[in-house]
Amino acid sequence: MSSFINRHRNIIDFALSSLLRRKIKNISLLGVYTLIIFVLASLIFFVHALRREAALILKNAPDMVVQRLMAGRHELIPVDYGQKISSIRGVQDVVPRLWGYYFDPAIGSNYTVMVPRDNMVQPDNIIIGTGVARVRKASVRDLIAFQAYDKTPLLLMIQQILPYESELVAADLILMSEQDFQSMFNLPKGYATDLAVSVANPRELVTVATKIAEQFPDTRPILKSEILRTYDSVFDWRGGMMIVIMSAAILSFIIFAWDKATGLSAEERKEIGILKSIGWETSDVLFLKFWEGIVISLSAFLCGVLLAYGHVFFFSATIFEHALKGWSILYPQFRLVPAIDAFQLTVLFALSVLPYTVATIVPAWLAASADPDAAMRS
Amino acid sequence: MIELMQVTKCFNAGKSNEFTAVDSVSLTIGQGLVTVLKGPSGSGKTTLLTLIGCMARPSSGRIRLNDINASFFPETSRKGGFDISSLPERFLTEIRRDTFGFIFQQFNLIKGITVLENIMLPAYPTGRGHALFRKRALELLEMFNISRHETSRVEWLSGGELQRVAIARALINDPAVIVADEPTAHLDSKLSCEFMEIIGNLKAEGKTILIASHDPIVYDSRLADQVIEMRDGRITGSGLVS
Repeated sequence: MSSFINRHRNIIDFALSSLLRRKIKNISLLGVYTLIIFVLASLIFFVHALRREAALILKNAPDMVVQRLMAGRHELIPVDYGQKISSIRGVQDVVPRLWGYYFDPAIGSNYTVMVPRDNMVQPDNIIIGTGVARVRKASVRDLIAFQAYDKTPLLLMIQQILPYESELVAADLILMSEQDFQSMFNLPKGYATDLAVSVANPRELVTVATKIAEQFPDTRPILKSEILRTYDSVFDWRGGMMIVIMSAAILSFIIFAWDKATGLSAEERKEIGILKSIGWETSDVLFLKFWEGIVISLSAFLCGVLLAYGHVFFFSATIFEHALKGWSILYPQFRLVPAIDAFQLTVLFALSVLPYTVATIVPAWLAASADPDAAMRS
Repeated sequence: MIELMQVTKCFNAGKSNEFTAVDSVSLTIGQGLVTVLKGPSGSGKTTLLTLIGCMARPSSGRIRLNDINASFFPETSRKGGFDISSLPERFLTEIRRDTFGFIFQQFNLIKGITVLENIMLPAYPTGRGHALFRKRALELLEMFNISRHETSRVEWLSGGELQRVAIARALINDPAVIVADEPTAHLDSKLSCEFMEIIGNLKAEGKTILIASHDPIVYDSRLADQVIEMRDGRITGSGLVS
């Protein structure tokens, strides 16, 4: 047993010294490898954390939202639809919601404007998200000038700035009273943007949604589970930028591993021949190459993952910000709560460390299978 | 100690470019003696060394080793010796590592690592403790008067120093047989004589030495106990020198 351990310890010792003598080559290898792992791990961390945040936020979302459609587009819904929907068996509560978007020409950004449920905002006051406060350089008790639908100015005082923790969803949010909302957008009386419906028994959700769709053919009930599914597909690995960056990184890795696999230099081949001629078995040479591969790939994996962790959870994924956080001028500045998907990390490990190690071993095995007498003739 | 019976080695057998490098060679190499294989380039000396040194298997014939310690061979049967002609690669590697020490024509040292590491290389896969063979390597450095180069890289050394490092590496596992292929090919006369002095010391220690050379400093040396002359893969003349 001690002979077995000694043998491996000696081979690892030589593997390390072997790596050190090709410092520049191996450091560049490590650098490229770390960069690829960093990009992939950053994406995995970022998307997983966003999905988790989205799921947490949607926990408090209404069970169902009922929208009215006209010519396939979202249209204002009459408030009396709500009264009729509340009479459907199983429906607990129906709340008409008022919300919309406001384009601020001074900044060139869009805000989401909402009327909160419980009259928490006094008329002539607003509560704003941290993103709005940042771009408008405004603080509590400042007045902000808006333009109403008829271009008349509307001055509203900041009553409160929403806490930083809500930045992910509320960076561009402005909460105002129903009265100010009407002054700003001039919505027809008796209409809401949509209806938030609560159902007492979650099992009855689909049945209630079917009844609503039957009774009001011009409406579209959207279930919370459907919103979650949409978030999932937006942030899934198949989603947009994610697949582009992921494909680029995976492709780079394949080129990199292929180069390594086919790139056993004449000097390395000669060395393998020498080792065999002085009494190294083919398995010893393979162990040597295995340890060399493991040292590079494992170091790159750990460095890449640690850097990605810092990048995503401490620096808010600065590099991917513009590509992944949205299209608005109002980028939310937030720190994601560290959330790691062990399965995805394991897949990343399996798809990076293992192929690289194999790519290191295979050419060495081909070279080591040659007769040791080749060294005598070199 | 080493017996060869009708040993033949063919390359590219059955193809149009078939070539017989060693042809029906029968030979006995005595224990503790210096045997020199003499002959021009292409006479089959190096091929014969690779066959004896377990680096390649003969196409036909038998090679027998006597009084060799091999873990795979029962101790009781060692006295009678064993045939290495058809042993699996793993066993050949073990014999090559533990029984033979090789000194190559081009030295075959590994660049980029230190002299000490180069000397220790054959000992790495033996499973012996690092401290143990490091001590042995330091003793060999001392013995060949190259201790000052312990941490130097081999590419910084002169031809004579490289030769001594190669000899030290051949001795790290304390082999019974030293195999040297054209060891003086890259040395001047003075260094060649120094090499033969080292061979003399190894002979005095009881090592069996097998050298392939066409250098008169080697085959005319008083140390050579047996000189075997080869041409076209065959033995054309042999005899005990003294």
